[in-house]
Amino acid sequence: MTTLTKEAGVPSPAGAGPLLSVRDLHVSFKTEDGIVRAVDGLSFDLMRGRTLGIVGESGSGKSVTNLTVLGLHNPMFTTVEGEILLDGQELTTARESEMEKLRGNKMAMIFQDPLTALSPYYTVGRQIAEPYMKHNGASKRAAWDRTVEMLGKVGIPHPKERAKDYPHQFSGGMRQRAMIAMALVCDPDLLIADEPTTALDVTVQAQILDLLKDLQQEFGTGIVFITHDLGVIADMADDIMVMYAGSAVERGTVDEVLRSPQHPYTWGLLNSMPRIDSALDTPLSPIPGTPPSLLNPPSGCRFHPRCTFQDRVSGSGRCASERPLLAPDRASACHLTAEQKRTIFIDEIKPRLGQG
Amino acid sequence: MLRFLVRRFLGAVVILFLLSIVTFLMFFGMPRDPALLMCGKTCNPQSLANIHHVLGLDKSVPEQYWIFLHNLVTGSDQFAQGPCPAPCFGYSYHTNEQVWGTLMDRLPTTVSLTLGGAVCFLIVGLGTGLLAAWRRGTLIDKAATAGAMVLSSMQIYFLGPLALAILVYQTHWFDKPAYNDFTADPFTWFTGLILPWVVLSTIFAAQYTRMARSSMIEQLQEEHVRTARAKGMSRQYVFFRYAWRGSLIPIVTIFGIDLGALLGGAIITEYTFSLPGLGQLAVQSVFFSDLPLLLGVMLFSASMILLFNIIVDACYAFIDPRVRLA
Repeated sequence: MTTLTKEAGVPSPAGAGPLLSVRDLHVSFKTEDGIVRAVDGLSFDLMRGRTLGIVGESGSGKSVTNLTVLGLHNPMFTTVEGEILLDGQELTTARESEMEKLRGNKMAMIFQDPLTALSPYYTVGRQIAEPYMKHNGASKRAAWDRTVEMLGKVGIPHPKERAKDYPHQFSGGMRQRAMIAMALVCDPDLLIADEPTTALDVTVQAQILDLLKDLQQEFGTGIVFITHDLGVIADMADDIMVMYAGSAVERGTVDEVLRSPQHPYTWGLLNSMPRIDSALDTPLSPIPGTPPSLLNPPSGCRFHPRCTFQDRVSGSGRCASERPLLAPDRASACHLTAEQKRTIFIDEIKPRLGQG
Repeated sequence: MLRFLVRRFLGAVVILFLLSIVTFLMFFGMPRDPALLMCGKTCNPQSLANIHHVLGLDKSVPEQYWIFLHNLVTGSDQFAQGPCPAPCFGYSYHTNEQVWGTLMDRLPTTVSLTLGGAVCFLIVGLGTGLLAAWRRGTLIDKAATAGAMVLSSMQIYFLGPLALAILVYQTHWFDKPAYNDFTADPFTWFTGLILPWVVLSTIFAAQYTRMARSSMIEQLQEEHVRTARAKGMSRQYVFFRYAWRGSLIPIVTIFGIDLGALLGGAIITEYTFSLPGLGQLAVQSVFFSDLPLLLGVMLFSASMILLFNIIVDACYAFIDPRVRLA
């Protein structure tokens, strides 16, 4: 990769370093059709006890990034470049045995669909107890007690009896609670939640989000929360990173990104979200076009073929030739000037969103 | 579970009943008279009618069927050859021996051949398949896959004579295949059957290799397997505890079918190695239009297949807790 795509690192505040620090991460897969660059120069930081929301369409590299953090990519077909530091420990070059000690212990993951993510062949209790026994060397008995305790903590009634049940005997929300209990059983510092509420009913969704927030307060876990639902992220996250075609296009705090978004793609995402308080005749406006193929991504700004604002960028064809950089901290990767971003948002986007 | 078993056994009895009717109808639908075979050179209408009468073939087909069923359930002492306790299939037209006794005589051969072969092809087949899945994409995997492809397209009537010609008649490395009673001398039992086992299991092992490999690879891509990895469980643990458990279902299914079919008579294998098992008996019964023997072999083979089907279904409940409630 050229230096063009390099993003400057986010400077960490003096004192405590970030819990998770991803630096210029590139992940590519070898496929029969060629090399897919699923993650293309991504950097971000997560502090202890904070929640980073990662938003983006399907195929924007959200899930791949986090599977790579856990080292769950298939090493035969995947090339990983860049740095992933968990509490200062480099993960991209760590040995498999090292990773096994970290997984489920220091970092854990919650998956989208708890029905397929839990094994149908073993009891819920056994599946929760397994990592506890492995990482803490606990006896079967101690692990079982801990399992029952965790199931109680995530709000499963009669945890003693339910621990002996199989996943198919649980409801969808219960399964996700069990999944959360499984992820948190070893008190991880980092929790990656990959669309944990997408497969759930809306009412259950809210319960699960509340549960995650409560548990985060109790354990001080840093959470990476992946979703494509901006409503959920507004509720959950402290910071937001918007991803498009394998790299970050905008980042900032929840308020900054949702109240004064700067990137045309973020505008598009907000525009395409239905709002309960908008006028009935306001049409939803989806982003035109389709997400780019990562086999041969567009030149320059990855978003330019779908962007309706590229003609306002000074210097003709700049969007198609030069890839915009993402500056540290609050930033957006777009060639529009800061002034343009502000005025376009206030004059053209905001009225449509119905924000006061 | 008990209700399930009772229901399945009743179903199996119904199937056997229907099968016996079909066999009966097909036998009498054939333009072949078993009495002619027995009548010999000096045959005249008088002696033919006499044989018909002795065999009971002069009665109407429904009546004969009724007698068959009756004898099967209660036994009979109406036979000229002697008494015939239940389950009575009567006496063979060809050998004049009691059919049930013949079946029981031949059974140890078929059971020895089948079980020995099954042990070989399960160990070799599943072992190779698991190894290929574990080392997916490597040279080992490619060699195993290619080898399994070649071997599973072989046939016993090709491999069998080839093995006989080379390993027995040319090099004398193996004994000529024969069935010796296990209780009399386990060693000759073993040496007599080793070659049939190897040939039989070569082809089956190849199929089990392919099946084990593909179902393991499929299982390893399941999300719950990834979850187990995300919990920090080791690759071995996930492979054998999570993926293997799921792979068992297709393997047990096919194994049940294969075992049932083989126990009903490994016809080609037994013929190739001249082993006096049930498969040979089946061929013989058709060849001599031997109705009692034919019915005996048919119903016995079908019972084996049905029995193993029920065993397989019962196994599902042990493997997959989701099946237990249904």
